Amino acid sequence: MNLAEGVQIVSGGILAVMMLATALGVVLLSNIVYSAFLLGGVFISISGLYILLNADFVAAAQILIYVGAVNVLILFAIMLVNKREDFKDIPGRWIRNLSTGVVCGGLFALLGTMILVTPWSINSTSPAVIENTIVEIGKHFFSDFLLPFELASVLLLMAMVGAIILARRDLIPEAMPREETITTSLTLPERPRELASLGGGSGEES
Amino acid sequence: MNSGIDLQGSFIEALKELGLPSGVARAVWLPLPMLLMIIGATVGVLVVVWLERKISAAAQQRIGPEYAGPLGVLQPVADGIKLVFKEDVVTAKADRWLFTMGPVLVVVPVFLSYLIVPFGQNIVITDLNVGIFLWIALSSIAPIGLLMAGYASNNKYSLLGGLRAAAQSISYEIPLALSVLAIAMMSNSLSTVDIVQQQSGYGILGWNVWRQPVGFIIFWIAALAECERLPFDLPEAEEEIVAGYQTEYAGMKFALFYLGSYVNLVLSALVFAVLYLGGWEFIVPLDHVAEWLNMTGWVEVSTTTPWLQVITAALGITMTLLKAYFLVFLAILLRWTVPRVRIDQLLNLGWKFLLPVSLANLLITAALKLAFPVAFGG
Repeated sequence: MNLAEGVQIVSGGILAVMMLATALGVVLLSNIVYSAFLLGGVFISISGLYILLNADFVAAAQILIYVGAVNVLILFAIMLVNKREDFKDIPGRWIRNLSTGVVCGGLFALLGTMILVTPWSINSTSPAVIENTIVEIGKHFFSDFLLPFELASVLLLMAMVGAIILARRDLIPEAMPREETITTSLTLPERPRELASLGGGSGEES
Repeated sequence: MNSGIDLQGSFIEALKELGLPSGVARAVWLPLPMLLMIIGATVGVLVVVWLERKISAAAQQRIGPEYAGPLGVLQPVADGIKLVFKEDVVTAKADRWLFTMGPVLVVVPVFLSYLIVPFGQNIVITDLNVGIFLWIALSSIAPIGLLMAGYASNNKYSLLGGLRAAAQSISYEIPLALSVLAIAMMSNSLSTVDIVQQQSGYGILGWNVWRQPVGFIIFWIAALAECERLPFDLPEAEEEIVAGYQTEYAGMKFALFYLGSYVNLVLSALVFAVLYLGGWEFIVPLDHVAEWLNMTGWVEVSTTTPWLQVITAALGITMTLLKAYFLVFLAILLRWTVPRVRIDQLLNLGWKFLLPVSLANLLITAALKLAFPVAFGG
């Protein structure tokens, strides 16, 4: 065993432990802010595992998309609405916990057997060592993975259009009665959104 | 020019001659470049802090630091020592763990990004395939640290600052990535070494500034916003929210934020120099100079002559640093002459102006690349 293999084994172990610990923390901690920060730790550990698998582009993309965008958005949402309310004890809480535990254990067992049963085609002596991963990924995107790639981009476009429709508040027709717009000192002056349905369909184009 | 100095190879050879096995020699070599880079980055920050104080003084017709060392060059060192020895205050109801982790998460990715900054053909820690993409990815971790610091301080101004930092960072990452993408498209690679090599051969005329006149302005604006420099220092706007996410920080933790912001500034300047100003390239192409020297017959040189290699490497490092510090000078001058934008102006500029313009720039670059493959890297 030379230096490189030793480093790989040790860092693989550290990353695996880190990923399991942070993932358990995400699920088990009661403070939702801690969970969100630990989720970032999970994503970073996964990215480290990708690097160990020689998938450098996927690792960087993982950090950029999951840590830099998804996790920041989750944190953003939590911090804008975080109210710190204490939940009351529900009677018979243990039944819920037990059933959740059973479902999760079942899923874990199912996935575990799936991994063990599937005949993975692992050959350590891969014939072609890929020099430039980006070029290979690009070639696959535009040949055999073209349909999933395009479908994913259409899905993202739909999500973006939907987000813009939800975020824009000026789709309400001007002619509607406006007596419901009550502004108090603590809320921003904003037209109520329920009026959009009263516009009789013509409001969408305005 | 292609070979350059192979420091790693010669160092390991030298250790092997001393009788060490090759594995040990390699392990001895491994931490050296990283250590050198961390020290270099920190010294670079000291220089920038001194420059900032001197230039701001000049802009306001003051003298600036004067007594600590000649021209006050030791002032940043004194500042640093003061911050190290200050008491480490954690606010009463702050979240102790997140409060400590915040500055760490801000500083570490910035230092990691120095992995890909090249100072010469072989004078780079790693020449990764994903190169410049790694820088963009790592710089997207910092807002999490800022949010963490803002939340853990248990202070509304800190929280506001953290949220502003995250919003600003997310908005300006997109124009930044799109302008880098235009460069990557022209260079056919994301590797920083390839990007510099694609600009070499014609001296100053071959630099990407001339081919990406819109791109470099977008990149510079977005990079300033990512570094939270004025005119975009909304997250720590002192007239509005005290000091943003750093309000409750003191001592070494504050020093980490301070260090991180300046390291990030130097890093952005270095990346700008690599992407648009030809990296380590001299104003005239050195290959042609060597050929011309050969033709005149004064001295026999080839690309493998040791003294020529040393001169080329030294010149490369000097040129990279000169370009980077010129950009740092511009940033400092901007900071002390331009007023701060409002938060709505900031977001409008990012989403409604920079994003469409950078998309158009990308499309035009693609079209030019198809039309004139000679000039735009076919």
